[in-house]
Amino acid sequence: MGGDQGVRRHDRRVMALDRRQVIVGLSATLLTQRSARAATVTDGAGRVVPVPARVERVFPAGPPAAIFLYTLAPELLLGWPRANRPEEREFLLPDVGGRPEVGRITGRGNTANLEVVLALKPDLILDVGSVNPTYISLADRVQQQTGIPYALLDGRFDGLAQAYRTLGALIGRPDAGEGFARYTEETIKTVTGRIAGIAKDARPRVYYARGPRGLETGLGGSINVETIELLAQNVAGETHGGLANVSIEQVLLWNPDVIITIDQDFAASVRGDPAWAPIKAVRDGRVHLSPKLPFGWVDFPPTVNRLIGLKWLAKILYPSLFSDDLRALTRDFYARFYHVTPSEAQIDRVLAGRD
Amino acid sequence: MTPRPFLPGLIIALGVLALGLVVAFTVGRYPVSLAELLDVIWARATGGQTTAPPAVENVVLLVRGPRVIAAVLVGAALAVAGTAFQGLFRNPLVSPDILGASSGAALGAVLGIFFSLGVIGIESLAFAGGLAAVAAVYVIGSLLHSRDPILVLVLTGVVIGALLGAGVGLVKYLADPYNQLPAMTFWLLGSLAATTVADLLPLIGPVALGTAVLIALRWRLNVMSLPEDEARALGLATGPLRIAIVAAATLVTSASVATSGIIGWVGLVVPHLARSLVGPDFPRLIPTAALLGGGYLLFIDTLARTAAPVEIPLGILTAVIGTPFFIWLLAGMQKNWS
Repeated sequence: MGGDQGVRRHDRRVMALDRRQVIVGLSATLLTQRSARAATVTDGAGRVVPVPARVERVFPAGPPAAIFLYTLAPELLLGWPRANRPEEREFLLPDVGGRPEVGRITGRGNTANLEVVLALKPDLILDVGSVNPTYISLADRVQQQTGIPYALLDGRFDGLAQAYRTLGALIGRPDAGEGFARYTEETIKTVTGRIAGIAKDARPRVYYARGPRGLETGLGGSINVETIELLAQNVAGETHGGLANVSIEQVLLWNPDVIITIDQDFAASVRGDPAWAPIKAVRDGRVHLSPKLPFGWVDFPPTVNRLIGLKWLAKILYPSLFSDDLRALTRDFYARFYHVTPSEAQIDRVLAGRD
Repeated sequence: MTPRPFLPGLIIALGVLALGLVVAFTVGRYPVSLAELLDVIWARATGGQTTAPPAVENVVLLVRGPRVIAAVLVGAALAVAGTAFQGLFRNPLVSPDILGASSGAALGAVLGIFFSLGVIGIESLAFAGGLAAVAAVYVIGSLLHSRDPILVLVLTGVVIGALLGAGVGLVKYLADPYNQLPAMTFWLLGSLAATTVADLLPLIGPVALGTAVLIALRWRLNVMSLPEDEARALGLATGPLRIAIVAAATLVTSASVATSGIIGWVGLVVPHLARSLVGPDFPRLIPTAALLGGGYLLFIDTLARTAAPVEIPLGILTAVIGTPFFIWLLAGMQKNWS
């Protein structure tokens, strides 16, 4: 079965490739032992994706896909949707973190040219993030146009473990995929398990602040506040939607217990800003700047990088329930998922939240 | 057109603004009673102690107060600039951004967001972008010799505006889709949600200066709204005057847009409204338009911040309210233009 898949795939590409490449591809297909592997995999959207015969090059459709793939199989990553900055690269494997910018297929701007994608000769295109009809139809179209298997995986916390298993099956590394899936499930279960005894409305009320003035926030159900809503009450959660602007007056009315922000300008200015002074979180000194190196801990990109943010947030919100050493957790997570063990100085830099 | 009486029109405009101020100060997401409001204002005016809770004092003085003042200033500025431009270009469809002030400010602001500058950096770039865009339009427009300098100026403004719009598009395209792009989108839709006391100074200065210049030139604006050769025949140095009017209107527009983001429609609709109240005579029209513009944006901003827990972008509200209003106005005013 797998052989048929491989042959058909190459047939489709014959016209675009020279004969030698086809022969190389065919012989590789025939030589690889694939009898134990299923020919197809069902992805996060319920789409049936053919399992490539041999996966050596994977094109990430967007930033979450690049990060997700990097954690499981860094050497397969063809490049990054946006080149990593030097301060991000030092937390990644030197030869992978510095791979070139290849644009993105999904997201709010399509910067990758499909011909460029084809020229890179990926064996698989991977997309991680929202699973909705827009992205499903995009995945179907790209797969049809390029003849390259296109897998769409769910990047939300609920979908992460399954996404690791699916990707493991797709690239022929089910055991590694299973390992990451277990770790992911374990982390989410531990964190949510310890606070399970606290009623929803007894949990801290958190305001999530974005933008230099801290007045952009994530509404209920938005992927931006998934980390926060898993552990606490989002003050802006009554209205459902994505990102929105609110007024300081509204924040004063919400009077949150804790403010979580990703903006360092806002984090620096809010303590001295008289307009914010009456807010409980500011009075109690509970304004926290989220770490963001090499990838954000609470918000974006919306994938596995937020797993460590879950622990960080749990410690902030429930210090008595989470006495774990955050430095050790960070070192372990970074070594396991980013394949580089950070130094003490690097951990300091990460935890300071600045970039 | 029969001359309309000035005083009733001015009183109506004043009434709209005064009513707007009362409504804007008393309603909002944070409950503030009228007694608390008066107490806080009275305490501030007399230097005494207020009995209102500190949070209420905060809302009135640091949050709602600056925002209300900013709404009045921005509304007045855009209305005055629109009035001056409609006269200068002798065209009822002109708005303050006709010479590229808004497009330039937009490019400046999205660049500021793109380079992760702070609030002051973003607002300064927006202000500078607005001024630079209009200066470029003016220089290019005057280099192109033509019998109709006004038409050339407007066309140059449209073309440069389109180019700057492409620049905004490019920056948005290159921006980080998770963090920067939403911030840019929000800025381009216009909002006064983040106004603080510190924002008022860079707004009041340029708006007061530009408006003062336009009020000083009010008689000459009457002549400038005549065809070019007639204005010259009356002995007016149209060139320098045009520069002064454009500079003043651009100053107020750029300062407003830098504070509030892009807010369309006010500069287009309010001058017509003012004209229907007091007629086309500029000495009457400019103060009326300023008062009406302040009141108009104040009502819209009050709606923007009270209708839902989430802010409604001003650019959307002004368009939704402005469009039917403008059509109604067109229906009533047709006779005067033909």
